[in-house]
Amino acid sequence: MAILVIAEHDGKQLKPGTTNTITAAGKLGGDVTVLVAGHQCAEAGTVAAKVAGVAKVLVADAPHYEGAVAENMAVLVLGIAKNYTHIVAPATGVGKNFMPRVAALLDVQQISDISGVDSADTFVRPTYAGNVMMTVQSSDPIKVITVRATAFDPAGDGGSAVVENLPAAADAGLSKFVGQELTKSARPELTAARVIVSGGRGMGSAENFKILDALADKLGAAVGASRAAVDSGFVPNDYQVGQTGKIVAPELYIAIGISGAIQHLAGMKDSKVIVAINKDEEAPIFSVSSYWVVADLFKAVPEMVAELG
Amino acid sequence: MKVLVTAKRVIDPYVKVRVKSDGTGVETANVKMTINPFCEIAVEQAVRMKEAGIVTEIVVVSIGALQCQETIRTAMAMGADRGILVETAGEVQPLAVAKLLKAIVDKEQPKLVIMGKQAIDDDSNQCGQMLSALLGWPQATHISNVTINGDNADITREIDGGLEKLAIKLPAVVTADLRLNEPRYVTLPNIMKAKKKPLENIKPEALGVDIAPRLKTLKVEEPAKRSSGTKVADVKELVAKLKNEARVI
Repeated sequence: MAILVIAEHDGKQLKPGTTNTITAAGKLGGDVTVLVAGHQCAEAGTVAAKVAGVAKVLVADAPHYEGAVAENMAVLVLGIAKNYTHIVAPATGVGKNFMPRVAALLDVQQISDISGVDSADTFVRPTYAGNVMMTVQSSDPIKVITVRATAFDPAGDGGSAVVENLPAAADAGLSKFVGQELTKSARPELTAARVIVSGGRGMGSAENFKILDALADKLGAAVGASRAAVDSGFVPNDYQVGQTGKIVAPELYIAIGISGAIQHLAGMKDSKVIVAINKDEEAPIFSVSSYWVVADLFKAVPEMVAELG
Repeated sequence: MKVLVTAKRVIDPYVKVRVKSDGTGVETANVKMTINPFCEIAVEQAVRMKEAGIVTEIVVVSIGALQCQETIRTAMAMGADRGILVETAGEVQPLAVAKLLKAIVDKEQPKLVIMGKQAIDDDSNQCGQMLSALLGWPQATHISNVTINGDNADITREIDGGLEKLAIKLPAVVTADLRLNEPRYVTLPNIMKAKKKPLENIKPEALGVDIAPRLKTLKVEEPAKRSSGTKVADVKELVAKLKNEARVI
């Protein structure tokens, strides 16, 4: 077994999800090599070398890897794919984007979003918004896999892997990264937060949504949202928790004015403690909640802020 | 320009999905089916581009059982011009879907393929990326905006931390995210009109594609249930429980 993990990073640090993916890779049994591809990303390569369980780090540094453009990432990975039995990446926005391209070029059926490793060729993955768990066995010579980060613990420090440079492949020239507009926030990232405060359609408006800020600040929490809140234009899409948004599993998830459609539950039901505040006695969110209060959120949220002192 | 859109028939997202008692799959008998919501957004985008005079013809493709014709008619009622059903029996995995679509693209020569980012049944999120790879075309996934400029397209993509801008060459494959548009409701006159639109039925063998699954499903089961929680009287009690019982704050 030889496993290639493709890191997600910002040039300096590994992004949340990468170390969990390294843990998942470790369960396959075999040497783990981490590929750090990007522009000016040597520092992230050094960080990856210190993660426990990593034997080798490959750094591919070139301008056309900025933004992890899918076409260029795929060509790069394809060039070294034959050295590995498994190619693994986090099932984040970046991994979802380029990994199926790698799989298709290798004529391999990718296994998306695995939440369990049964053996080197058999994996568990959630489907139907997490309501159906499938155990699947791959007959392909190279397994191309994306990993649901919340299903695996992050790998710790303590590694001392060798770092090698990997020559960049040619620019595919098909698409060009123009830029990013990142949501500016002093709060933790949704997928890395210990506590998340999420709002739903019950928030009523973009203006009202801001009352969650005070609660999030008190708890050091990230702010999330249901698809209904994104649909209604209260918050941008990168707040979305759910089947087609982000999958999260914090220590504490507080759902406010969220009824609990299965598509939302799919993104948060593995949280350790779930709290719901909703005025509807029958809200489906209560079925997955550890604690719930039937109350008007516009009274309950300020009360909670006051109660937390 | 000609646009190709795809439409998958899936279990309605508001239906509670049940695993078959023998653990071989998901119960689909007598279950309400619908067009995959992200495919619906893709169709809507194509129709809007036609209304704006950018697109001249919209071809909609579905892959699956004969009943997928209903899904194609839905897309036609929204404004697609012509339909192709690739009729299959049994499971067709994403790689095979991409190969079937490639064969159709080779024949139809569209300048743009618009797909949903993900089907809400299998949740794989692969087909668009795989199709563009097989074609050697650029891809833009999870898009919230597309502007055509001659032989290029300016794209806005939804990414984990916000938005990304991408410039791609055409022909290309793009996949629709939630905020790309809000699909229209189909009207009765348009449903009637859709019944008269041409719909071709072809078999995978005619396209020369091997659709044998690469992944074998060993087990299908429901996830572990969460243990039931506690209703608390008010916020004061809630905060006390979180501090003293759950110890998370």
